[in-house]
Amino acid sequence: MFEILGITSQALFGQLLIGLINGAFYAMLSLGLAVIFGMLNIINFTHGALYMIGAFVAWMLLNYLGIGYWWALVLSPIATGTLGVLIERFMLSRLRDLDHLYGLLLTFGLALIFEGLFRQKFGSSGLPYRPPAELTGGTNLGFMFLPNYRAWVISFSLVVCLGTWYAIEHTRLGSYLRAATENPALVQAFGINVSRMITLTYGFGVGLAALAGVLAAPIYQVNPLMGSNIIIVVFAVVVIGGMGSILGSIITGFALGVAEGLTKVFYPEASSTVIFVIMAIVLLIRPTGLFGRST
Amino acid sequence: MTLIKKLAVATAFMTAMAAPAFAQYSGPPIKLGVLSDMSGLYADLSGPGSVIAAKLAIEDFGAAAKGMKVDVIGGDHQNKADVGASIARQWYDQDGVDVILDVPNSAVALAVSDITKEKNKIFLNSGAATSDLTGPKCTPNTIHWAYDTWMLANGTGKALVKQGGDSWFFLTADYAFGYALERDTMEVVKKEGGKVVGNVRVPLNNQDFSSFLLQAQASKAKVIGLANAGGDTTNSIKGAAEFGITQAGQKLAGLLVDVNDVHGLGLQVAQGLTFTDAWYWDLNDDTRKFAARFSALNGGKYPGKIHAGVYSSVIHYLKAVEAVKSKADGAAVEKKMKELPTDDTVFGKGEVRQDGRKTHPVYLVEVKKPSESKKPWDYYKILTTIPANEAFRPLKEGNCPLVN
Repeated sequence: MFEILGITSQALFGQLLIGLINGAFYAMLSLGLAVIFGMLNIINFTHGALYMIGAFVAWMLLNYLGIGYWWALVLSPIATGTLGVLIERFMLSRLRDLDHLYGLLLTFGLALIFEGLFRQKFGSSGLPYRPPAELTGGTNLGFMFLPNYRAWVISFSLVVCLGTWYAIEHTRLGSYLRAATENPALVQAFGINVSRMITLTYGFGVGLAALAGVLAAPIYQVNPLMGSNIIIVVFAVVVIGGMGSILGSIITGFALGVAEGLTKVFYPEASSTVIFVIMAIVLLIRPTGLFGRST
Repeated sequence: MTLIKKLAVATAFMTAMAAPAFAQYSGPPIKLGVLSDMSGLYADLSGPGSVIAAKLAIEDFGAAAKGMKVDVIGGDHQNKADVGASIARQWYDQDGVDVILDVPNSAVALAVSDITKEKNKIFLNSGAATSDLTGPKCTPNTIHWAYDTWMLANGTGKALVKQGGDSWFFLTADYAFGYALERDTMEVVKKEGGKVVGNVRVPLNNQDFSSFLLQAQASKAKVIGLANAGGDTTNSIKGAAEFGITQAGQKLAGLLVDVNDVHGLGLQVAQGLTFTDAWYWDLNDDTRKFAARFSALNGGKYPGKIHAGVYSSVIHYLKAVEAVKSKADGAAVEKKMKELPTDDTVFGKGEVRQDGRKTHPVYLVEVKKPSESKKPWDYYKILTTIPANEAFRPLKEGNCPLVN
């Protein structure tokens, strides 16, 4: 047992673990953003809204169709991903040759529309969603009480993050994708349907957001505003990690979760700002982000 | 013709046009502005529902039959004091608004109260909680309806200390409202013989409260006081259940909980929570009738204390304008509002005190178990009714300059 600035080691370990859990959400969301930005050069401002929709689809599956959490974990990303595919196919693809700002404006507008529609229908107080029976309760780790559901969140999101990183950096499909980003015309010439690949990649990134939404549903409320609360932070994570860097966004997501957690102990008033302070410092020292390559 | 003469003629003409022969109030149309959080975390507790409540009040007052034309407009302050202040100025200066209603978020409300005094209009607050509005910051142009931090602290704080909860740790929203609620509750706790072992200031709209809850847990306080509101409160309560804090014996005191929060939490999580509320829809036939009309217009969502407060304050304002026969001098209308006893179907009988505090009985409630809830929105068990003269801060103790 030791003490730092009046905080016992016990409390500190607890806070670190909580930081990692929150970091898991940042990592999952920033990963989707990084995939979409890195591969498609789209600054996807609808990401937060799609995360929210992912949570709502889980809620609707349970309340309208009686389909529980485990199926929602599969079905909600598929349904939301399909919505993403439609958005890409019918809207974003038309902007592919224009400046990034157009995509940003479109996705930002869509985010506002989605949030407005859900708020209109479901209100702003949020809706309850119970964790699955298998994951209720918790374990006493000695230094803190760890709810089983949070343990599940952290391990599951680590698997998803690393799996995505591996798929993009170390598989044939991933190499096609990276090549298509570098030089779409050449990859097309090899007989690969680049347009379809881009659409599916966008759908996949959206699916990741929805997956994070389902994971978040039992912890936070299913709330139309849940996305706009988190999306700005997630953008900061992506910027700090280096726009488009897959591994960078994963590591930064977890690390910033911890940094935020520690701030909540030592200077709670600043906990909502600390990430932006870090972002400003990182940008001053390394304008391309911690893991970004200068082009 | 000089400009003054033109204006005089125009005014006379308009007055003649607007005045039906036997109306008591024959002035120009009255305009009410509901300044609220229309889309953020307080939107369900106040927001668009407050516009509905104001419209129902105008209808029930029978304004049209009396020849009074009353309009309602809504505005979104986005929980930002500067946005709220500039809407208030525009409404008063350019849009002809006579009364600003609702205004959840104490930071915005304090700003609006100052502007209202400067313009000699009327601010009927039921959304914001800070008891400063009828304390050091009271004005002859502001009335505080429904609830306030002192009332919440007094009801809940007293009850919990009496049950043995004599050491407290606070999770406090980091702005005017949180400070006021924390301060008022600390006073009650200390007065009743309890002690405060710590507190933590949490930024508004915080997503995850587990860090703060662990700090509260480590403090070993018997009661964790949640000096926050809306989504912040519900997320704290969920977190406390998840991290086994309530099961381990620490008690949560929701200092500001609304019926909409209970709805959002679900009874499974919220059951057993004890808190003070200023109003409940299921009190009597009149309140049930009001709730039915309101929810039909509000997408099935039931009214809370803030909506009821907006309704009741509009009725009373219109009565006062009718009596004064003019809406022009805000302070004069407010003076009349303080003279007339309040009486409406939603809040029953009450009064508006010199400091601008509207008083009425309030309720210490406990959230029902899922098995006890028999109909939609059947959430509260009323433990105690606190009479009007005990529910609010005694007139002399508020340091309001209007009280001598």
